[in-house]
Amino acid sequence: MELKEYFSLVFTDYTLRTITLGTAILGAICGMLGSFAVLRKQSLLGDAISHAALPGIAIAFLITGTKETNILLLGALISGLIGAFWIRGITRNTHLKSDTALGLILSLFFGFGMLLLTFIQKQPNANQSGLDKFLFGQAATLLARDVWFMAIVTGICLIILILFWKEFKLLLFDADYTKTLGFNTKFIDILITSFIVLAIVLGLQTVGVVLMSAMLLAPAAAARQWTNSLSVMVILAAFFGAFAGVVGTGISASQDNLSTGPVIVLVAAVFVIFSFIFSPSRGLLFRQIRFIQNRKDLQLHKTLAFMYDIAKTHEDKSHPHAIKILNNFHGFTRKSLQKLESKNYIELDGQMWSMTQNGYHFAANLYNQQINTNND
Amino acid sequence: MENKNLAVSVDDLTVAYNYKPVLWDIDLAIPEGVLMAIVGPNGAGKSTLIKSILGIINPIAGSISIYGKPYDEQRKLVAYVPQKGSVDWDFPTTALDVVKMGTYGSLGWIKRPKQKEKKAALEALEKVGMLAFKDRQISQLSGGQQQRIFLARALVQNASIYFMDEPFQGVDATTEIAIINILKELRKSGKTVIVVHHDLQTVPEYFDWVTFLNVKKIATGPVKDIFNDDNLTKTYGINYKVSVQQ
Repeated sequence: MELKEYFSLVFTDYTLRTITLGTAILGAICGMLGSFAVLRKQSLLGDAISHAALPGIAIAFLITGTKETNILLLGALISGLIGAFWIRGITRNTHLKSDTALGLILSLFFGFGMLLLTFIQKQPNANQSGLDKFLFGQAATLLARDVWFMAIVTGICLIILILFWKEFKLLLFDADYTKTLGFNTKFIDILITSFIVLAIVLGLQTVGVVLMSAMLLAPAAAARQWTNSLSVMVILAAFFGAFAGVVGTGISASQDNLSTGPVIVLVAAVFVIFSFIFSPSRGLLFRQIRFIQNRKDLQLHKTLAFMYDIAKTHEDKSHPHAIKILNNFHGFTRKSLQKLESKNYIELDGQMWSMTQNGYHFAANLYNQQINTNND
Repeated sequence: MENKNLAVSVDDLTVAYNYKPVLWDIDLAIPEGVLMAIVGPNGAGKSTLIKSILGIINPIAGSISIYGKPYDEQRKLVAYVPQKGSVDWDFPTTALDVVKMGTYGSLGWIKRPKQKEKKAALEALEKVGMLAFKDRQISQLSGGQQQRIFLARALVQNASIYFMDEPFQGVDATTEIAIINILKELRKSGKTVIVVHHDLQTVPEYFDWVTFLNVKKIATGPVKDIFNDDNLTKTYGINYKVSVQQ
């Protein structure tokens, strides 16, 4: 199936539509909540929580014996939450830094989960296979009711986000200050963390334990490059996430045997790379261009300052001088003189130059901090 | 402090992070309307003292009251300027937005800042001379400007008592003068201002009240009465007079 064919089928084919909607919603909620994780410098929290969810899935299966997705995800939710609050407890009550706590919980829970998975595989029970789909995810197993469930959770999350927007923002920026204003920071913190856990658990079926954190971080990291406003960042991240979901599903559906989760993550990674390079304010490309531009301006200004020193010795500021007298100064070329003329700083007349009123004024106040800050 | 109201009163405050106390049995009475410096060496517990008063840190023992009532009931009378380095200045927000955060406390849960809050924030920005920078992303402000933004955020709270954690740290002379003028203005209008301060030279010039702290409270009172070599020596553990002369 061609990619084009996929996009024509997506509106008519029931399965395809379900999966696409599911990955889009997942991308959106992950992008939104991922922004918070990134800004709290808890980028690895998602990774730890998703790995921590694995033993929950295995235990849920061992207890109930069913492979009902919702029950397994409930197990994932419980063990994910336990992992998350253990991390919180470790960082609060010991001298360990959060990266250590995250790494510890991640490997501990994941190791235990893998142990249980291999144990389950050795059981004489025909029903056991398929649990490993949670390792890398299998979007094809998404059912309409899964998608409905995701949509409802995302909706609730959105409402909470809008309601407590002010409090979230305050806590993200300055937690101590939030406390002094009388807000219950513990409540806000638990709310954010719980929603991050929820988003991760929702994504396990589609993207899997191992890659889930990329769904949280990539859209947020990309979005941060484009804006200096928190609300725009969250909206953009949701949009990037949803878009990665749709495009990733499209690519994986049009190429046989490409598993959806990794493709979505790769598409999101392309967004990140693109944003790092091409964002106008923070991107590498424009930063380099600005750097070169500033260097050029600096050279031009040096020449102008030299001319200013000559011109100011005359009564008549626009008295013409020979270009030759610039020769003992190395900052100028014919081209730079022409550039100065085009900016209306000087006038050229044959072998002579003279300063304009505008140029004289500009040169007099060049890099004068006091004036520049007032003009800002 | 004879017939003045007590703005802040701290009783038997003890704080410890581990087994060793950071603050030991502090009794402190801060009268209304003073501009007070808290001085002491590194690790003396200066920041910890104000963080404990503000309820950011839970003390092991002791009680705090603001105008005679527990802190929890009096929160709206208190504003806080944290150390500049305590937040991530690359956070995606503008100067005006940060100042608006000062209104969040009086707004309470869920309610959003409206025109009235915006107006108050703009006024505070003007007071600290930062109005022209209101739409700047905060990472593009200089250290002194960031400090002024923090001050403006506290001014918006329109509190009676201001706690400031090293507001002069890493700022240039212009900003330092601008800030101290605002603090003096606050005192003039009857507010109480408590500042963690490091520069001993400027204490007599800036402040009228001082507390010497080094885990224990060494002394507290009017600068003209107690800011002397004896207390400095007791606090810093060196012979202050001799050290300065050398």
